[in-house]
Amino acid sequence: MSTLTAYVNGVSFWAPRLPGWQIAAPVLRGEAAAPLQPAPRPSPTLLGPTERRRAPDTVAIALEVAGRACESAGADPKELPSVFASTHGDLAISDYMSETLARTPTLISPIRFHNSVHNAAAGYWTIGTGCYEPYTALTAHDDTFGEGLLEALTQAACGDRAVLLAAYDIEARGPLATIVSSHGIVGAGLVVSPHTQASSVARIRWRTRRGGDRTVALECNAELVAGNAMAACLPFFEALARAERRTVCVGLSPTLSLELAIDFPDVEHPDEG
Amino acid sequence: MAVALRERRSGLRPNDFGDSPLPTWIGRVPGVEAVALPDHLANWDCRNNRLAWLALTSDGFLETAAAARARYGADRIALVMGTSTSSIGATEEAYRRLLPDGQYPADLRRPIVHTPHSLGDFVRAALGLEGVAVTVATACSSSAKIFAQAERLMRLGLADAAVVGGVDSLCGSVLFGFNSLELVSPEPCRPFDRARRGISLGEAGGFALLERDGEGGPWLLGYGESSDAHHMSSPHPEGFGARLAIQGALTRSGLTPDAIDYINLHGTASQKNDEVEARLVADMFPTRTLASSTKGWTGHTLGAAGIVEAVIAILAMDTGLVPGTLNAQELDPACGPQIRIGNESADVRFALSNSFGFGGSNCSLLFGKARHE
Repeated sequence: MSTLTAYVNGVSFWAPRLPGWQIAAPVLRGEAAAPLQPAPRPSPTLLGPTERRRAPDTVAIALEVAGRACESAGADPKELPSVFASTHGDLAISDYMSETLARTPTLISPIRFHNSVHNAAAGYWTIGTGCYEPYTALTAHDDTFGEGLLEALTQAACGDRAVLLAAYDIEARGPLATIVSSHGIVGAGLVVSPHTQASSVARIRWRTRRGGDRTVALECNAELVAGNAMAACLPFFEALARAERRTVCVGLSPTLSLELAIDFPDVEHPDEG
Repeated sequence: MAVALRERRSGLRPNDFGDSPLPTWIGRVPGVEAVALPDHLANWDCRNNRLAWLALTSDGFLETAAAARARYGADRIALVMGTSTSSIGATEEAYRRLLPDGQYPADLRRPIVHTPHSLGDFVRAALGLEGVAVTVATACSSSAKIFAQAERLMRLGLADAAVVGGVDSLCGSVLFGFNSLELVSPEPCRPFDRARRGISLGEAGGFALLERDGEGGPWLLGYGESSDAHHMSSPHPEGFGARLAIQGALTRSGLTPDAIDYINLHGTASQKNDEVEARLVADMFPTRTLASSTKGWTGHTLGAAGIVEAVIAILAMDTGLVPGTLNAQELDPACGPQIRIGNESADVRFALSNSFGFGGSNCSLLFGKARHE
């Protein structure tokens, strides 16, 4: 198949020791040390004070990275279709639902039930921003980041417009944590578009490729998100931070990967635009 | 399914699911418990994947998929699945049967059935596909949106064909969850009836092979997707997002409302959905368009509803049998002349199917008997 081109016009990142792209980027470049103290979970300012306190971790992290990615792209959230990608969804609510169903099923909280759907964060995002554009919410187990990015790039190419990606996973709780492993909170956001603009961070030329190739992040960076189910997003963000021309492969399935040739035309040749 | 629709035979029965069943009616698929997965798929065993297997082995779908794999190559067929709760029922069971030390029972220590991609991963393994493999989970619009996602992948040449499918199975989360929202009916659901009392939950599995360059119809002519931007569990009061989805499907297909012969409505039998959707249809479509909800046959199959109702819309094009609204006796005054209680016969050339979900996610699909030029 042919190669398609897209631009990264907005970027965001959050992990307990990399709370925000401004902090994460120099760490991923090897120019700064990560803060030793983990940051408290982000507070979703899109929600009212009560809802903000009650928001599940998935909603808090998704709204944080979605909002920051739009800010960085200078984009109005109302105007962007969006892709929400999470490997496991809200593991804490799954634990609550399963535990309550085992003991007192008729006492299930209606709010926790509607927050248990995989698209809860996307729902809160579109409600909070007043966005009528479509969203999707998806998972592909170990390849969730890759499938989320592919869907965002595909929508951007088909619709000839900018698309928001928010990818995130949270910590497993209770008995579920003995089987499904995920530690800490990690979120990553992108605004991708077929068109470059002043805020463009990078150009990507992308295609799918047979085989299970996956680029691995530097060990010193990988340990900062180790154990989280969304850790597979890191090599791509490491490449963005380092602003070096390189090719990154992320998984789409055990037998297919997404090949992303990343370069920085504005950085390398500022006059070419 | 065609026979049950013609004979107006409902699949709903009094709730007998679980140890302490709520007083409601459910669309439970008989025999799921007895399905045995082939040995090489045993790792994915759970109610949801057994239901998926039952659907894959119905109507020759395994053979259809194998022929497509041979024709296009395993890596050129995208797999796009839709579900709401996937195999959360397996996680619920593990919690009911926890060992005294808090560990899962040995037979359920299989991580893949405790994560939502369980469905997509199972079907990928079952069909031996090697391309894009993804599970969409946008509640009740899930297996409608998979048609849109698959079309985009084929349009860009990322796949030559796609297997799309939706599977959702009964579980405690949805029965007690919808009960907590006071949306569950104590009687078989009566969509669009003035005295409707809520939804009946159901389970279902369905699959379709989409090809970019097929020889004959039916054709996916258009789709529209939108968000309500209103409330997590209640539709927009004027159906603003739903209208955008329907308009999107019409625009993409190049058709106007007067071309639509049949609409399979979302029609859950909840108070608000049916009122909003009935007004929207009355406002947008001519009196000649036929419309109905088939949830009196199936119950609300949540993440599987999109594909189940797409199949019903396609059956109407194939057979000329337009199903009515089973269980409705007296229509809500909000209904226009489009919404029918009884079955009808008609030449259905263009059919629309609506799926609206929690979190305000809407999707309408437009199918045609022939390609519209």
